[in-house]
Amino acid sequence: MFRRKRKASDFSSEIEAHLQLESELLREQGLTEEEARATARRSFGNVMHSEEHFYESARWLGWDHFWQDLRYGLRVLRKAPGFTAIAVLTIALGIGATTAIFSVVDATLLHPLPYGQPEQLVTLCDDLPGIGAHDVGMSQPEWQDLQRSGIFEHVSPAQFDENNLTGSSRPARVRILIVAPNYFALLGVKPQLGRAFDPEDHSPGLVLEVLISDGLWKRAFGADPNILDKSVRLDTDLYRIVGVMPAGFDAPGRTPEERNIEVWAATSFYGAPMPDQPPRNRRSLPTAIGRLKPGLTIAAAQSRLDALVASLQKEFPGDYPRQSAWTVRLLPLKESVVGNVRQSLILLLGAVGLVLLIGCVNVANLLLARGSARGREMAIRRALGAAHTRLTRQLLTESVLLSLIGGTAGLLVLFCTKGFLLRHVPESLPRLNDISISWGVLFFALGASLVAGVVFGLAPALHARRLDLNHMLKQEGRGTTGSGEQTRTRRILVITEFALSLVLMIAAGLLLRSFWDLLNVRLGFNAQNVMAVRTRLPDPNDPKADLYGSPAQEAPFLREVLWRGRTLPGVEEVALGDTASIPLDESLRNLKLISEGQFLLTLEGDIQNDQPSVVERSSVTPEYFHLLGIPLLRGRLFNDLDNDKAPQVTVVNEAFARAYWPNENPLGKRFKRNRAEAPWITVVGVIANARTQSLAQDGVPQIYLDLYQTGGKRLAIFLRGQLAAAIPDQVREQVQSVDPTLPVSVGQTLKETVSASLAERRFSMEMIALFALTALLLAGLGIYGVISYMVSERTHEIGIRIALGAERRSIVRMVLRQGLGLAIAGAAVGLIGALIVSQLMAGLLYGVRPTDPMTFAGVTGLLLGVAVLACYLPARRALRVDPLVALRHE
Amino acid sequence: MSTQDEKERLELLQGTLDMLILRTLIFGSQHGQGIARAIQQSSEEELLVEHGALYPALRRLEERGWISVKWGTSSNNRKARFYSLTAAGRKQLVKETTKWKRLATAIGRILDPAKEG
Repeated sequence: MFRRKRKASDFSSEIEAHLQLESELLREQGLTEEEARATARRSFGNVMHSEEHFYESARWLGWDHFWQDLRYGLRVLRKAPGFTAIAVLTIALGIGATTAIFSVVDATLLHPLPYGQPEQLVTLCDDLPGIGAHDVGMSQPEWQDLQRSGIFEHVSPAQFDENNLTGSSRPARVRILIVAPNYFALLGVKPQLGRAFDPEDHSPGLVLEVLISDGLWKRAFGADPNILDKSVRLDTDLYRIVGVMPAGFDAPGRTPEERNIEVWAATSFYGAPMPDQPPRNRRSLPTAIGRLKPGLTIAAAQSRLDALVASLQKEFPGDYPRQSAWTVRLLPLKESVVGNVRQSLILLLGAVGLVLLIGCVNVANLLLARGSARGREMAIRRALGAAHTRLTRQLLTESVLLSLIGGTAGLLVLFCTKGFLLRHVPESLPRLNDISISWGVLFFALGASLVAGVVFGLAPALHARRLDLNHMLKQEGRGTTGSGEQTRTRRILVITEFALSLVLMIAAGLLLRSFWDLLNVRLGFNAQNVMAVRTRLPDPNDPKADLYGSPAQEAPFLREVLWRGRTLPGVEEVALGDTASIPLDESLRNLKLISEGQFLLTLEGDIQNDQPSVVERSSVTPEYFHLLGIPLLRGRLFNDLDNDKAPQVTVVNEAFARAYWPNENPLGKRFKRNRAEAPWITVVGVIANARTQSLAQDGVPQIYLDLYQTGGKRLAIFLRGQLAAAIPDQVREQVQSVDPTLPVSVGQTLKETVSASLAERRFSMEMIALFALTALLLAGLGIYGVISYMVSERTHEIGIRIALGAERRSIVRMVLRQGLGLAIAGAAVGLIGALIVSQLMAGLLYGVRPTDPMTFAGVTGLLLGVAVLACYLPARRALRVDPLVALRHE
Repeated sequence: MSTQDEKERLELLQGTLDMLILRTLIFGSQHGQGIARAIQQSSEEELLVEHGALYPALRRLEERGWISVKWGTSSNNRKARFYSLTAAGRKQLVKETTKWKRLATAIGRILDPAKEG
């Protein structure tokens, strides 16, 4: 890299040759040996100078100086172990934390998705903005239209489901994704074993082949190398395993459940068990991904897609009512996978960057303080002829060296604690498996260290340039010689530190308040002592094989489970519902389960009859409401007469009643599913609002149907009472003694569910709070350093004041005024910064405004309090100044 | 050394040393001492080449690619670095010579206008 062009020794031997040649010539002309040598030398001029000149002009010199500086720097650092330790620790903390967060950002946001040509992959979202419904899914004919449109290479709908897998050791609930046969070709991934589906297979019904995940292969089949062509039962249907996906392959989903798929099945979404000719207005395919034709940008594809949608609306006016204003939106696939964590991650990175910056400012302060102690050394070196640039470089080399040591230490700690840290990242974070300390991350750490070294080394280095030689050398002692300018710089640094800390602390304070508000929100239901255990009834493709095909067939099972549940020890109440009825169940939120969750409804007598509305719905048994403590406001709950033969009834919440029949009695009103053949459903009761859908949202309209009338495959068994730890196992025994093929999940208490629904918020809140505390500590240390330095600098003056009879109080006040002045100036700047930052993070807040005066005032007060404390300690020392000693001091 | 008193010799004008080195090398490769000698001799001992200044000049020319260098043996069997002209060096020499001649003529005209007339 820096190869020397010619060695200095080579050069001297050339000069030597020259001198010899010359003296030989002179000897031939008759001079004596000695005279000849002397004359040759004389006519050559200054040999040393020539050599030196040669040496210096070599580009190698910079390198030599660098090594010199480095060795010197190491020596200096070794000689001040206390300073070095503090500085290295601060930097290690900053770089380590920043690198840790960056590794997450790098894996999730910066790296492309691990599929072939990921930039061509898109998510297709069908919206009906006219009725406020988003992401409503598409119908099979629409999918076919898109396939043929020429815009996409492939389009594949994807439908999430949970099935019972039998054929391995014990019945298990597996997460299954039903996709089009072109799914794997679309993603451009290949299985590690076997083959993918045939993308050209358009046969009706389900392709009776499945691919399984690496995890399932290892867990349920012991990584059997002869797994291919084995048969498994999904529910009661027989499928052949044709491939095993590689480890680390995640499906591109929005939630952990959708990403962590264990079985892939394929279909073209028509033919039994689906309709042979699926109607165009039945949006039964909940999500879809696509691969654009090569060379097509998303914007170009979107405009062609808009044209296609417009022409379809014209062609099928009956299926696309104008009011609903159907549109199809293209989103980069990556956006749909990581879009919802981007803001949090960027906030975290910003926060940790601020901590690093504050750490840098602190180290700069330390360096400045040391710089004044080293002023004499610098002055002497200058006097001996060292150039400005050389001294600046020396100081910068030292600080960069310091930050590199710190950065390395930080990275080492990060490497050692990697596993521990990763366990604390919430599982809902997308692309968790991709997080690693890659080369990119290492480069980032190196770069951050270098930049940090320059940032905190710059102020002291620039100071060294402006040394007043005379002044410095005249000073007798080696001690305090800080110039006014230096003090000014240190003050500016402290102000900066305070401003940055305040920004961070206000961000943390706002998040903390949001979190606190969410924790203390009135749930509207009683989550104490309630546990939910899940099970799932089989859903075979052939309706005749379905033992639980109708509500009437299912009812005996439901009654049996309820009855058996009540006999378990400690259990006071039992209720059943479908999984949509589990309050705040984050794991299935946003998941488009088949025929579950959302409900397009048509009100009776509604003038805009073709304008369906979307509403959250769940099916429950009558005991559900009492078990959760949701009070009935009007009408009645379900009773035994509401069976599959009786007309369908519903209980709605207050928000629903108010939204659809304001100022009217909702009892007796009717609505139906948005399908012509669907039966009317009569409202029989109104219950109070409860935040079972989302902690953050109050008054989400909801309807409850009777599980005995609707049936349901994915069930939750709710238990209330003093529940022992063995309860989930006992429930499993009881359920499997009714039907041994049914899988039963581990139980989760509602408290855990509520807490899990806050996992992401808790994570970012805790991280930011941790960073803010670090910042506060660093800022406190910073102001403490500056004020105690100031006090020691003014010992003499303080001594005179005391000797002249100044009151102790006025001395303390003087010192405090100095410190608080800095803190207030910092806080003022910080408040402006915080106002900007809080606006940017408004989307992450709940219940507090971004300009929440309480938070702003409280945090500013806290910071000023710390400043007062940090100044008080040096102020006390100032009081102890003995005037005699102080006056003798100089 | 030479018989002439050194003080009477002309000091080289700045920038002309390079040209003279290149010119000297036109007759074939030569080592440093030989180049210095040759310049002095062909100027009939009028020009003084400070031998020490020669080597930085040689290195400069080498870096610019106008001369190339390799170790060889001198006529009296001493090991020395031999410099020779490259193609680029030849071009440069022509350029410099033309420039110098124009300059010399111009200066000549100013200093001695009678000759022109």
